[in-house]
Amino acid sequence: MRLYAFIAKRLLATIPVMGVVAVVVFLMLRLAPGDPAAVLAGDVASPEDVKRIRIALGLNQPIHTQFVIWIGRLFRGDLGTSIISNVPVTQMIQQRLEPTLALATTTILFAVVVAVPLGVLAAWWQGTWVDRAVMAFSVIGFSVPVFVLGYLYIFSFAINLRWLPVQGYVSVSQGLGPFLHRLILPTLTLSVLYIALIARITRASVLEVLGEDYIRTAQAKGVRNRRLLIRHALANAAVPIVTVIGLGIALLIGGVVVTESVFNLPGLGRLTVDAVLARDYPIIQGLILIFSGVYVLLNLVIDITYTLLDPRIRY
Amino acid sequence: MSVIVRTLPGAEAGPAPPSALVRGRPLRHPGVLFGTVVLTVLTAMAVLAPWLGMADPLVLDPVQRLRAPSAAHWLGTDQVGRDLYSRIVHGARISLIVGITVATLAIAIGLLIGLVAGYVRWLDAIIMRVMDGLMAIPAILLAIALIALTGASLLTVVVAITIPDIPRVVRLVRSVVLTIREEPYVQAAIAVGTRLPSILVKHVLPNTIAPLIVQGTYVAASAILAEAILSFLGAGIPPETPTWGNIMAEGRIYFSVVPRIILYPGICLAFTVLAVNVLGDGLRDTIDPRMTKRV
Repeated sequence: MRLYAFIAKRLLATIPVMGVVAVVVFLMLRLAPGDPAAVLAGDVASPEDVKRIRIALGLNQPIHTQFVIWIGRLFRGDLGTSIISNVPVTQMIQQRLEPTLALATTTILFAVVVAVPLGVLAAWWQGTWVDRAVMAFSVIGFSVPVFVLGYLYIFSFAINLRWLPVQGYVSVSQGLGPFLHRLILPTLTLSVLYIALIARITRASVLEVLGEDYIRTAQAKGVRNRRLLIRHALANAAVPIVTVIGLGIALLIGGVVVTESVFNLPGLGRLTVDAVLARDYPIIQGLILIFSGVYVLLNLVIDITYTLLDPRIRY
Repeated sequence: MSVIVRTLPGAEAGPAPPSALVRGRPLRHPGVLFGTVVLTVLTAMAVLAPWLGMADPLVLDPVQRLRAPSAAHWLGTDQVGRDLYSRIVHGARISLIVGITVATLAIAIGLLIGLVAGYVRWLDAIIMRVMDGLMAIPAILLAIALIALTGASLLTVVVAITIPDIPRVVRLVRSVVLTIREEPYVQAAIAVGTRLPSILVKHVLPNTIAPLIVQGTYVAASAILAEAILSFLGAGIPPETPTWGNIMAEGRIYFSVVPRIILYPGICLAFTVLAVNVLGDGLRDTIDPRMTKRV
């Protein structure tokens, strides 16, 4: 029963957060200097174009009316229509969803599979060269920009060694082999930052647990090292690790935009950049709302997962 | 969201790291020393750029397109014959200006809002909900949307990168304030009738300095990265200005033939951000041991 109360409380807590996101996204266009309709129409627009956009976006009405209309449409799943192509924003987002979902999934899976063992090993061998190597990798991983890394990979693995394709995307419907083949370099590029983050926090939280009395007790009664690390240390260190996996999604979303540009993947990131360059504001608004919503939702799921992972947590 | 703050552990938990030995003497820490040296050299080059006898970073020389490194052009030339070395050194100016300005602005604004949130109880909930909302928007997306609306210039890029960084500073300052106001010496100051402004300036503010310096280095590092990403995507500082991101964006089409146009500025960028991050880690170990509890 308390679990349900907790879930209900957490669900309610996401409402103000998403409310603030919606207000920020809404106000951004209205508070920008100059006439937003003229800004959107671009430099070569005629007065008729500006007027058409003003009416299309409802910019000729009082600001609170605009907000009510806009929110009402949001609740009906209407994110507006692209100014350039006149296609509904939801439809454009659906068309571009697959590459982004694919890249995000492979990246998260790969990063967790690599980073958690790295962090555990670094904690176990604290102060040795293993630890120093993992920590050095982690600091460097934070510092190398995603796109520089992407081009380094393209240069080495695609252009010099010719092992992998340079750019592009093949849908999963055209076969799993080609699909995965083209995701290898983007995944390796995007996951480095995420691996650095998760490995660092895994090391820290496992180190903290390894200092606890119950670990010494387990060691004293002869629990083997592997079991000690996984069953006793990692299980107890899981909560902060899972938290960071969730918080890191924000970094990942920024990285997706860049990675898709470098590897020419036709996903939501490319859509964002194209919309920004074309100043297609309804698309930008829709994408910010969707990305923020996904981020909030994932972290909600993670908060709820705590209670399953760690029976000590009671809210 | 308070759950997150409560459960995050220290990045350096466990037995004292060797760095504990140099606590209080920042420059003896290898990371601080490395970061300081790299950044001093970089700053000197950026400031002195006009007097270093380099080619003009903006002068086109169509005859000398995409030339390999030589005595005249240390790192070769780009697709319209501009000197790559000179462009990279001038690009450092933008990166440093953006890093320093964004860190200063984010800290100043975040400090102010954080102090208010920590001390004015009825405003606290409102401010923190707004900060939670801002933090839910991915930073790069928020920045490119702001720039798309206001038009790209150095000023708008700085503002657009600063806004997503403010909530992190606010949360840090607020958490320090909430801890400090419960300390016996602050309670004692209140008991003897010290006024609020005096308490803030004499007791609370000094406690925020060390964590804010550390946080400031991380903000600077991510701001330098963000500026390069925005320029690279074509949503940043106008392309005629030499910035590391712009140089790389222009080098994209020639990448398979002349990778150095992307690789050299990329290495400079990575190295600079690394220096700032290592400096931040070192400062955290030496001047702010409590920071490790807050990540």
